[in-house]
Amino acid sequence: MTKEIIIAGFGGQGVVSSGIILGYAGLIEDKHVTFFPSYGAEMRGGTANCSVVISSEPVASPIVANPDIVVIMNEPSLARFEPTVKPQGLLFFNQTLITSRPKRKDITPIPVEANAIAEELGQGRIANMVMLGVMAKKTGLLKIETLKKAQRKRFIKADEEQLSLNDKALERGYALL
Amino acid sequence: MAEKRLMYGNHAVVEGVIAAGCRFFAGYPITPQNEIPELMSIRMNAIGGVFIQTESEIAAINMLFGAAAAGKRAMTSSSSPGISLMQEGISYIAGADMPVLVVNVIRGGPGLGNIAPAQSDYYQATRGGGHGDYFTITLAPNSGQDLFEFPKLAFELAEKYRNPALILADGLLGQMMEPVEFSYEPIDPKSLPEKEWALSGCKNRERRVVRSYDLKPGKLEEWNWRRLKKYEAIKKNEQRFEAIDCDDADLVVVAYGTCSRVSGAAVRMARVKGLKVGLLRPITLWPFPTDVLRDMSQRVENFLVVEMSCGQMIDDVKLATECRSKIHFHGRPGGGVPTPPEVFTKIEQALGGGR
Amino acid sequence: MKKIFGRPDGLTDTLLRYCPGCGHGIVHRIIGDLLVTLNIRERAVGIAPVGCSVFADEYFNCDMIQPPHGRGPAVSTGIKRSRPDCIVFSYQGDGDLAAIGTAEIIHAGARNENITIIFINNAIFGMTGGQLAPTTLPGMKSTTSVQGRDIEKQGYPIKVCELLSGLDGPYYLERCAVDTPKNIIKTEKAIKTAFKNQIDNKGFSMVEILSMCPTGWGKTPIQAKKWITDVMAQYYPLGVFCDRSKEEK
Ligand SMILES: Cc1ncc(C[n+]2csc(CCOP(=O)(O)OP(=O)(O)O)c2C)c(N)n1
Ligand code: SF4
Repeated sequence: MTKEIIIAGFGGQGVVSSGIILGYAGLIEDKHVTFFPSYGAEMRGGTANCSVVISSEPVASPIVANPDIVVIMNEPSLARFEPTVKPQGLLFFNQTLITSRPKRKDITPIPVEANAIAEELGQGRIANMVMLGVMAKKTGLLKIETLKKAQRKRFIKADEEQLSLNDKALERGYALL
Repeated sequence: MAEKRLMYGNHAVVEGVIAAGCRFFAGYPITPQNEIPELMSIRMNAIGGVFIQTESEIAAINMLFGAAAAGKRAMTSSSSPGISLMQEGISYIAGADMPVLVVNVIRGGPGLGNIAPAQSDYYQATRGGGHGDYFTITLAPNSGQDLFEFPKLAFELAEKYRNPALILADGLLGQMMEPVEFSYEPIDPKSLPEKEWALSGCKNRERRVVRSYDLKPGKLEEWNWRRLKKYEAIKKNEQRFEAIDCDDADLVVVAYGTCSRVSGAAVRMARVKGLKVGLLRPITLWPFPTDVLRDMSQRVENFLVVEMSCGQMIDDVKLATECRSKIHFHGRPGGGVPTPPEVFTKIEQALGGGR
Repeated sequence: MKKIFGRPDGLTDTLLRYCPGCGHGIVHRIIGDLLVTLNIRERAVGIAPVGCSVFADEYFNCDMIQPPHGRGPAVSTGIKRSRPDCIVFSYQGDGDLAAIGTAEIIHAGARNENITIIFINNAIFGMTGGQLAPTTLPGMKSTTSVQGRDIEKQGYPIKVCELLSGLDGPYYLERCAVDTPKNIIKTEKAIKTAFKNQIDNKGFSMVEILSMCPTGWGKTPIQAKKWITDVMAQYYPLGVFCDRSKEEK
C-alpha cells in the first residue's frame, strides 16, 4: 500500500501543519512516510502546498506528480491540482471558500464545509483539522486516535484548550461522512 | 532499535554532526540550508560547542581551517553561491592535508539562481572546485537517515586520509521530513584521539607547521605526487554505491541524491510493467563508483543518467563505461525536479526507441 | 666569553630573506624575544600572512599555520576557539589586512576575539612588486600609481587604527613605528601589551607598525627610515587608539 497525497491552499491555512501531522500519524502507525513542503519564494507568493507519502514499504520518491489524494483548501489550488490527480483518485475540497466545482468525471470529489464547521467551533484556522478528519474517515488510511496524537506532536507548545479544540475539529470531520 | 523521529533533513544533519563528536560550526545563512545554522546555534550552545555566525563564507571556511589545524572536528554548511566563495579556502585546506566537513545543500544556479533543489554543483564538488591538483571526498545522501549518518562517515574518511570531505545534498533533501533513527551512540569528542599533526603549542615536542606552499624547486611537485598516492588509495578503497535490481537489467538508471529516490520509483513502475530495469546509486561521487559501472557495462546495453543539471555526472558514467554501452540522459537544470512518471517515460523511450 | 646578544629562541635558525633595511626583520626580532620573555613560545600558534612575510612559518620558533591571503583573523578565531589555552597571533601586511582581508579584521575586532594582531603597514604591496596598497599615501608613487596616488581615481588610504577604534569590540589598538630606536622600544612595549592582554583573556589587541620597505619605495634604508619620521608618521599619527584597560580602572 502506498498513498501519495498533496495538500494545497493559502499560506496560513495550515497546509504545512496538516502535512506534518499526517507524517507523524504515519510514523505512529509504523508506516513509512515522507513530507516535502513547497518552500521559500513559492511560499511568499501566498500559496503553500506539500506532498506526503504514506506507505507500507520504504518510500521511493518524496516527489508526488500524480497524487492518489488531494486536499484543496482554496480556489487557485483547485485549478492547479485537479488535473494531477490519478484516475479514481479522491479530491477533498473546502466548499466554504471554493465557488467553482471539480470537472473531472474519473475522480471522486468530496466537498467539505471546512471553514463553516471550523467557524462554528469558534476558530476558522482549524478548517485543516476538519479536512484531515474527513480524509481519515473516507480513506481509512489513518485512525482518528492517531491523528489526535499526531497533532499533539506537531503543536508541542500549544495549550490544552487549543489542542482539544483541534481534536473536536478532527472528530467533526470524521463524523461528516 | 532506537526510536524514529520525524525530522527535516537539515535538522538530521545537525544531529548527525553533533553525534559525530563535532563541536565547531562556523557558517553564514543562505537558503535552503538555514535550518542547519539555526538549530546548530541552539544545540552547540546547549552542549558547550562553538557556533560562529560569520561575516561571510570566506571567513567560515578559514575558521574551519584554523579549527581543523588545531586538531578538532569542524564543519560548515552552505548552499551553492556560498560554496563558491569557499573554494579558495578548501583548496588551501586540501593543500595542507587537513580534514574538515563541508555540507552543500545545492540550489539552482548559476549566479544567484533560485532556491529550488539542484545538483548542478557536481563538477565543482568532484573536480576539486578550487585551484590546484586536488580532490575532495564527496558523499551523496538520499534520505534523512543518510543525512544523520554521513557526517560521521565523512569525518572518519576525512581524518583517515587527511582530506576535506563534502556532503552534497540538495534543497529537497534539506527541506524534506522523514523518520530518522539515531542509529549510533553519540561520540564524546574527548574520546577522539589527539592528532599527531595538530597545532597546540610545541611544549615537549618539535614545532609543527601547517601550510600548503613550498617554493623550493621540485618540492611542491613531489608533494603533489605524494598526495596523488593518497587519492589513488581513496579511489581503490572507498567507492560506495547502492545497486537495486541490476542483475538482469537491460537498462540501468544511474542517479544520486534526490534523483535516485525519484528514479527508484520509476524503476518500480518499470518492473511492474515487466521491463528489466535497475538502479545504480552512487553514494560516493568522488571517488566515483567506476569499478561497478565498468563491470556492468560488459553486459548492460543501456544506461540512463538522471540528474538535476544539464548533465555533469554523465561524464563520469561515460568514462567508467568506456563507450561500451549506450548512455541516455534526462536532466532538469535550474531548480527543476524530475518526477517518477517523467523518468519512467525516458526509460521506455530508451528501451524502445533507443535501438 | 659571555654572550650578550644573539638570536632569541623565539626565532628559528633559518636565515631571514628580507631586503636590506626592511622593517619586517625588526618586528620578527621583537616577537621572537617576547615569545621567550613572556614564556609563551610553547603554547603559541602563529599565523603567517601572504606577503613578503609569508615565510614567517619558517622564522618563528613555534607552531605555525599559513592561510589564504587576508584570512589570518578568521583562522586565528578557529584556532583560539578550539584551543583557548593557546596564544594565537596573526602577522599581516597592509594588503593582507586592509585590502583583501578587510572584512575578517573588522569582524574579529567586533567580536573582540581574544587574539593578537601584528599589522605591518609599509604603505605598499611588497611581495608582488610595489603596487598600490590601501595604505599608500596620497601622491605616493607605486607601480600601479606611477604618477603618484591620485585620490580622485584611487581614493583615500585606509587608516586601520582609526577605523577599528570606531567599533565597540576591540580591547587594545596602538600604532607604532620602527624608524628609530626609541620607537622600536615603544613597539616592543605595545606588542608585549597585546600579548599580555590575550594571556589575561582581555580580547582583541592589534598593534599597527609603520615599517620600512626601501625596495618598494625606491629609497635607501636610511632614506626610508627618515621618510617614516618625516612623512608617513605625519599621515598616520602614532599612539594608543583604544585601551579598555583604562576603563576598567
Ligand atoms: C587571493 C590572492 N590574491 C592575490 C595574491 C597575490 N599577493 C601576494 S602578496 C600580495 C600583497 C601583499 O602585500 P602586503 O600585505 O602589504 O605585504 P608586504 O608584501 O608588503 O609585506 C598579493 C596581492 C594572493 N597570494 N592571493
Ligand atoms: S619588498 Fe619591502 S617589505 Fe618586502 S622584503 Fe623587501 S623591503 Fe621588506
